[in-house]
Amino acid sequence: MTDDDGAVVAALRRGDEAAFASLIDRYQSSLLRLAMAYVATREQAEDVVQETWLGVLNGIDRFEGRSSLKTWIFRILVNRAKTKGVREHRSVPFSDLVADGEEAEASVDPARFRAGAWSAPPASWEGIPEDRLLSAETRAVVEDAIAALPDGQRAVITLRDVRGFTAPETVEVLGITEANQRVLLHRARSKVRARLEEYLGSAERSTV
Amino acid sequence: MMFRRRRLACQEVVELVTEYLDGAMEPARRARFERHLAGCDGCTAYLEQFRTTLTVVGRLDVGDVPAPAMAELLAAFRHWADDRGDG
Repeated sequence: MTDDDGAVVAALRRGDEAAFASLIDRYQSSLLRLAMAYVATREQAEDVVQETWLGVLNGIDRFEGRSSLKTWIFRILVNRAKTKGVREHRSVPFSDLVADGEEAEASVDPARFRAGAWSAPPASWEGIPEDRLLSAETRAVVEDAIAALPDGQRAVITLRDVRGFTAPETVEVLGITEANQRVLLHRARSKVRARLEEYLGSAERSTV
Repeated sequence: MMFRRRRLACQEVVELVTEYLDGAMEPARRARFERHLAGCDGCTAYLEQFRTTLTVVGRLDVGDVPAPAMAELLAAFRHWADDRGDG
């Protein structure tokens, strides 16, 4: 167990409320985001997250530090979310998480290539002011793009790119292979890029 | 995918971007990838768009915990801690 993890675990075991509050602050929103990749409604996601924290408390005495506290908490969430997703008859079964990645999928519309080379190449975004790129409106477009992704892609991009988990941590939390994780991540990122390109392109045209 | 000693096509390059950014490409392939970029405006722009996308994704609001949710969790914690005290 790392020193940081050790300190937090000891504090929780002692009943230190501030330590628990701090843990919640750190992970609650990310847990909610990840839960939303597995269940149908935000309300269900909130239930899953509450159950997760209870699971953390109930399991904290048995936590041995073989994984980091963070990945342990997120794994509990994934297990709860999968159970809830199945119980509430989510239309997309979890097994599709693995299947997605076995079929080939093009990251860019094949119509934009001719004989393998770009026929409709992407524009440079260098001219776009940074505050437009990071505006609330642009972020909302990206949020929507992520929300529209299939479960597995959404889960991976949430952990890797929204939350900054490493590849090994992501693999551990989701229980998938590194190769599968990379395929899902690539597809997710490609779709979000495509959506962003569409949005920024149309925004440019409307200013003419 | 086995890349033999021929140039990468743009349509292949766009499938390799995540592997490249993850630093998971073995040196020979990486060299071929970078050589392609050096001579291709389209793929250079694509990689730049990809990187910019990641920047935006990384800045998405993680959000605060609403007060009622926090209060509920802390109440659960106190309950849990009290039960332990009795044990």
